[in-house]
Amino acid sequence: MSTVVLLTLTGLGLAALYFLIASGLSLVFGLAGVLNFAHGLFLSVGAYATWWAAPHWGLPAAVAFGVAAAAATGALVELVLIRPLYTRHTEQVLVTVGLSLAGVALLQSLWGADARIFPRPAWAAEVTGVLGASVPVDRYLLIGAAVLVLLALLAFLRFTRYGLIIRAGVENRAMVSALGIDVRIAFTLVFAIGGALAGLAGILGGMYFSAISPGQGASLLIFAFIVVVIGGLGSVTGSAIAAVAVGLLQQFVNYYGAPGAGDVSVVVLLAAVLLTRPAGVAGKVATA
Amino acid sequence: MTAPILRVAGLSVRLGGSHILQGVTFDVAATGVTALLGRNGVGKTTTLRAILGEIPAEGGVEYDGVPVLGRRTHRLIRDGLAYVPEDRCVFAGLTVAENLRLAERVPNPDYRLVHELFPELEARAAQRAGTLSGGQQQMVAVARVLLNPNRLLLVDEPTKGLAPAVVTSVAAVLGRVAERVPVLLVEQNLAVVRKLATDAIVLEAGRVAWQGRATDLLGDAEATRSLLGVGSTAGRH
Repeated sequence: MSTVVLLTLTGLGLAALYFLIASGLSLVFGLAGVLNFAHGLFLSVGAYATWWAAPHWGLPAAVAFGVAAAAATGALVELVLIRPLYTRHTEQVLVTVGLSLAGVALLQSLWGADARIFPRPAWAAEVTGVLGASVPVDRYLLIGAAVLVLLALLAFLRFTRYGLIIRAGVENRAMVSALGIDVRIAFTLVFAIGGALAGLAGILGGMYFSAISPGQGASLLIFAFIVVVIGGLGSVTGSAIAAVAVGLLQQFVNYYGAPGAGDVSVVVLLAAVLLTRPAGVAGKVATA
Repeated sequence: MTAPILRVAGLSVRLGGSHILQGVTFDVAATGVTALLGRNGVGKTTTLRAILGEIPAEGGVEYDGVPVLGRRTHRLIRDGLAYVPEDRCVFAGLTVAENLRLAERVPNPDYRLVHELFPELEARAAQRAGTLSGGQQQMVAVARVLLNPNRLLLVDEPTKGLAPAVVTSVAAVLGRVAERVPVLLVEQNLAVVRKLATDAIVLEAGRVAWQGRATDLLGDAEATRSLLGVGSTAGRH
């Protein structure tokens, strides 16, 4: 029983990371039609900016700085690199792939290829007892942060004008323009939101794994893409459901199955969803 | 005679290797309804989309005396060029109220007019637009543009796929709208054209094949048969 509890909470912690990355990725693809392979770079920017700032400013301010830096990177990438390429999808993919590779190389050149110990509050390193299992507190931090982000995103999409524009744009962005709305502002906004959430995922991932490395963003991005496809492009709720399914499946199969079977099981789940529900759990509608 | 609200000169569009519009030239009067007619595939919708800047085009488009070809769509719409697209294009996942709220461009949108013309929409405000009937979706599509002050309406096949009773009510609404705003209307239903249009333009193979008074076109059996593929009595009640 204690093993099941520990695996569940650890799986949900991993799911929280996947959700934070996937929700922004999903909105960017759903609205702007951009398959953003540079999304992992936003994660790394958030993580490294926080790691760099923490000794100078303290952890809370460093976290805010990391999230802001990742959001700014997202907005800048959209404005400078993606915006001129909205009608050229192949070049768009090449640019984001190139940016992702260049980002990893830049981080390696600045701080080396080795993993760096990531700071975290002392309380996050403690463990608590739940139904006989000793569960690290950082799992609750991840799960709590993801739930808050989910609620905030849903409220943003449901109750704000830009949320309305994003939900409409995911369905038909040409029609949004035909109502007199400059949909490109919404594009920049979803890149900034996606960047902020990925940056937060990078920071929480650093606490979860106790370290950050230049390639961490890219490795988490693979599973985030799977979550996006399973959840349905453009759906925040779908991303949340898919992230929980992927996180739990991966944890349980990795523990009870052969080494690496957890990762394979996620791909099998992806194939099963694509065969039964090609549009994913929630389809191409930004649900609030 | 007042100047036309829209002047299209030598409009040319190439899409996917096809030369769809080959120098389309016509004017839209500053009052009443101008019908843009033609068989399927002659370039009617393409003409509207080119005017709106949704697809690349060459030539000239003057809107209220100002050259606008190449301007971005949302800027033209903000300048009072409203668009009701073919197939309605309502946002299926949004409620009726959200569809309307999204279209608001001015501080005081004209909900009084919208609710007067379409009282059903007020009752269905919380319903998702994707669950509405075709006629109700057309009400939403027209209501979206009526919320704001407009100087010209581009309306693309508003009666397509609708039941006869709904066609009659949509035509009645367009007639009322045309009393205050000029309309460029793409329409296949000649009864609606006969009822609403003052002027008519007929496209054939990407060019203007005929233009003049709508009554002259619809009263000419040979012209309607050769240009539109229907008999002269089509659409006569």
